[in-house]
Amino acid sequence: MNDNDENSLIRMFHVYRRYGSKAALFDINLEVFKNEFVFITGPSGAGKSTLLKLLYLGEPASEGQIVVDGINLSRISRSRIPLLRRKIGIIFQDFKLIHSKTVFENVALVLEAAGKPQTFVKKKAGSVLRAVGMEDKQNSFPLYLSGGEQQRVAIARAVAGDPTIILADEPTGSLDAESADQITGLLKEFHIRGSTVIVATHDKEFIRKSGGRTIYLKQGRINTSPA
Amino acid sequence: MGKNSFVNAVSIITIALSVIITSSFILFFINTSDVLSLWKKGVRIMAYLYKDVPAEKIPELQNTIKGIYSVEDVRFISREEAFDILKQQMKRQSSLLENLRENPLPDAFEIKMIASSQTWEKIENLASRIQSIPQIEEVEYGQRWLARFSHIIGLFKLSGYLLGMLFSVASVFIVANTVRLVLYSRRDEIEIMRLVGASDRFIKIPFYIEGIILGALGGIIGLIVLFITFVSVTSNIDQGITSGAFQLRFFSSAVMAIILFSSIFVGWLGCFLSLKQITKAV
Repeated sequence: MNDNDENSLIRMFHVYRRYGSKAALFDINLEVFKNEFVFITGPSGAGKSTLLKLLYLGEPASEGQIVVDGINLSRISRSRIPLLRRKIGIIFQDFKLIHSKTVFENVALVLEAAGKPQTFVKKKAGSVLRAVGMEDKQNSFPLYLSGGEQQRVAIARAVAGDPTIILADEPTGSLDAESADQITGLLKEFHIRGSTVIVATHDKEFIRKSGGRTIYLKQGRINTSPA
Repeated sequence: MGKNSFVNAVSIITIALSVIITSSFILFFINTSDVLSLWKKGVRIMAYLYKDVPAEKIPELQNTIKGIYSVEDVRFISREEAFDILKQQMKRQSSLLENLRENPLPDAFEIKMIASSQTWEKIENLASRIQSIPQIEEVEYGQRWLARFSHIIGLFKLSGYLLGMLFSVASVFIVANTVRLVLYSRRDEIEIMRLVGASDRFIKIPFYIEGIILGALGGIIGLIVLFITFVSVTSNIDQGITSGAFQLRFFSSAVMAIILFSSIFVGWLGCFLSLKQITKAV
């Protein structure tokens, strides 16, 4: 095992994803290292979101092997999927907050699901909300917040469980420029603190400001450069 | 929650209804079997003798009857004794009897059966055996209709069991459906919970708690309604029917506990069936 192997966090070998006779991803080979900031970019329908879904088992790969932090996803048992997902913090374009729960409860949920004790849940949820600047609104319900605020809550939720990997699917896609900047700043901050961040986006400005490795997808295939 | 309160109410009402229907049958059986056993205890077979049977034949006849299986005791009631009893019973109208030239009553045997053999078939059987003794003119064991009555009770029991089963099954499906509706209305929430690493157990536990609460509430409401109905019905029943002999009774706390436990089980089972399907699907 060389240094590269030790540092490797995600590996995809000849991965395909098909929907019936239609294929969304073709022969994807990819390696992501610890503490990397990686962009997956490409036009709409290129398969960016699908690629992220394969990593957290939102969908299974139709063919090929995926290893995430030492776990082979094609062999994982159903009961171990939650353990995989606790290693990954996910941020969605549509935030996916639970509307019937307060901001605090949304964040606390991750920790409760992981079986953390209540005192720890309270402390940790409070501190991540402070980190994203949403401490004042912890008792509000998501629908009373702006898009940017909701996305900050979603980021707090994603990082609350101290995940190894943060996956973000178009995190700035539905935000105005100012909110998008704040989100970009937060993701960079968590990257500096040691997280591996993978962002699927077609926001060129976001990529330019963040300056990480960029992977181009086109019609389900990896391109070496923007086409 | 507001969206689900209607389906929750439907579940609770269905469970309560099945508790009411099943339990009222059970209640009916408990009380009718009380009445029946009381009446059965009182069953005396009376065997009336022909007038020309000589007195010295009596002890022999008494022994013959006593020898029949399932007879516990035979008491001879002479026509004079019977007449005295009648006079006592008709104290006020005893003048009616004084006009009689002779005692019209026959000699008789009062036969008591062994308690364990008081099924209707055995009572009838015994009666016909006694009837076949040539000196016996007539056998009477009154309450012949009781036999029919116990057949009817038997039919009731059967339909009670069937209805009870039917309603329990219906309740299970309705609870299952409620849980399914709740799951459906919360499917986004469940999906999010899964994505943030919640285990199946973590997701399911609140649903089980809900199912159990639905079952318990249905059971409690059912029992309360039944109790109120019972009290108002029994207080309206003419006390004459039941006077002193026995008391109409409600369930013992043990039976109530069983009913409550069953309705909780129904809630749990509905949840279990529905969650099994859903978690397979997601």
